[in-house]
Amino acid sequence: MSQKGPRGPWPQATEAALDEVIVAHAGGEGAGALLPILHALQARFGHVPDGSVPRIAQALNISRAEVHGVITFYHDFRAQPPGRQVLRLCRSEACLAMGAEGIAQDVRDRLGLAWGETSADGAVTLEPVYCLGLCACAPAAMLDTRPLGRVGSDALLAALAQGATGDDGEATP
Amino acid sequence: MLKDQDRIFTNLYGMHERSLAGARRRGQWDGTAALIGKGRDWIVNEVKASGLRGRGGAGFPTGLKWSFMPRESDGRPAYLVVNADESEPGTCKDREIMRHDPHTLIEGCLIAGFAMGAHAGYIYIRGEYIREREALQAAIDEAYEAGLLGRDAAGSGWDFELYLTHGAGAYICGEETALLESLEGRKGMPRMKPPFPAGSGLYGCPTTVNNVESIAVVPTILRRGAEGCAGVRRPNNAGTKVFAISGHVNNPCVVEEEMSIPLRELIDRHCGGVRGGWDNLKAVIPGGASVPLLPASQCSDAIMDFDWLREKRSGLGTAAVIVMDQSTDVIKAIWRRSAFYKHESCGQCTPCREGTGWMMRVMDRLVRGEAEIEEIDMLLAVTKQVEGHTICALGDAAAWPIQGLIRHFRDEIEDRIRGRQSYGVAAQ
Repeated sequence: MSQKGPRGPWPQATEAALDEVIVAHAGGEGAGALLPILHALQARFGHVPDGSVPRIAQALNISRAEVHGVITFYHDFRAQPPGRQVLRLCRSEACLAMGAEGIAQDVRDRLGLAWGETSADGAVTLEPVYCLGLCACAPAAMLDTRPLGRVGSDALLAALAQGATGDDGEATP
Repeated sequence: MLKDQDRIFTNLYGMHERSLAGARRRGQWDGTAALIGKGRDWIVNEVKASGLRGRGGAGFPTGLKWSFMPRESDGRPAYLVVNADESEPGTCKDREIMRHDPHTLIEGCLIAGFAMGAHAGYIYIRGEYIREREALQAAIDEAYEAGLLGRDAAGSGWDFELYLTHGAGAYICGEETALLESLEGRKGMPRMKPPFPAGSGLYGCPTTVNNVESIAVVPTILRRGAEGCAGVRRPNNAGTKVFAISGHVNNPCVVEEEMSIPLRELIDRHCGGVRGGWDNLKAVIPGGASVPLLPASQCSDAIMDFDWLREKRSGLGTAAVIVMDQSTDVIKAIWRRSAFYKHESCGQCTPCREGTGWMMRVMDRLVRGEAEIEEIDMLLAVTKQVEGHTICALGDAAAWPIQGLIRHFRDEIEDRIRGRQSYGVAAQ
């Protein structure tokens, strides 16, 4: 069973709900469990809620500054919930050589979004990514957890429309 | 050309089963316990004799690296860490191994773990590789069920646990000590070396960090024998290598080939040639985004191995070949590299944190030609001040592409500046 991108609606990040996730992944003191906790929080709530910082610090016996530092260091952790779908476009060399710049411009125009923005209806978040490791299938993109290769802007918008219905178009393995 | 029987990755394209049963049919997990039974020294010597050099970019001899691990534990455990944080732009080789041929990596982890006295191994995979994480985790679970990992792994008498952890989108975590910091739950900021990880690595314990491909080729090398390793075209550059060719070729692909294959043969045979023919070639980045580019004039007789490319002041890196044809604005391409490194600098060392931004801003003006001729040399001087003055190699990686550009395409930069200046005069 492949993992689908979390798409909300997200559960309320109450203190009890936060603690449940933190306790499940904290394996004693020290920062060792910090990344697994942050990944788990983001999987559950779509982002890493601000309220979790002191609670994680308490559970791992590290400073709040350390927790905050780690959250902001890694690009994947969000401070706000994303749209129901997250479209990430590769901005790296191999893809740009294959015309990714034009595609990105077109997609941004047609969605009316700048990098990092979420559409007003909460349907989609557009993000840049530096190399998806799909260079031989450039230009590449990733829709939630699904890699897309040799894309054009039409194909990307079609995938978004298809994804919005809940069908990610991928055959069950 | 590499013969089929000499290939190490027999399921690179996912045409066969990736399950344990499928892997066994392709000869993996065959006599693993017997290989381990030959002892630690035999394995390390065999890997040394095979001439295997690390596939992550630096090309350090893998067997030698393993021999740095302490022979007798002083009470601290030893760890094997596999670097699957394949973030170098243009590189997409480990992804295919982990998704389609995961068991060769897992078997390699067990053997390498035994050879360095480690009872635990960690595979650190980058956050963007979601399908690969699923495939690898499924394969690890399968191996545990079959008794190939865990207590008395594969009947060898060696206990070995293997864990898969994933990053969160930081390029710098591909640097080995930054990766260790990240595994420990901190910001991925590289550590000073020495102490090297073999002395004090993960949680202060002896650790060896290896690339996915370096570990995955080990079981096959041991089974075939160090001498049996195919494709020795040039001394000191042995074995096979997975190349990833992207950019302006007719058929971009990932392919396993002999080390030291000529670049032109690689592109013509596997990629259907350069878009618009060989004469349409402008430049090639031969080893991932951080190595200096090769101009077309050097590409005709370029040989894809560590030593030849180093002689030409470039590098094999991860063997991710990015091809650029005549339509490419090569100055802009290198500007994007600068923007990337500015974005990914961890901010720990001043020369890199400030220098990457500085270089990007000058490159930005060079792209538009809004600069003075003297600034080319000034930029070159800045790259020299960043290179070698930082804790990790990211500073070097940011400096090298610019140095390569100035070395080979100085005329083009000057033309653009002069063109802009004369246009400006004419407009007045």
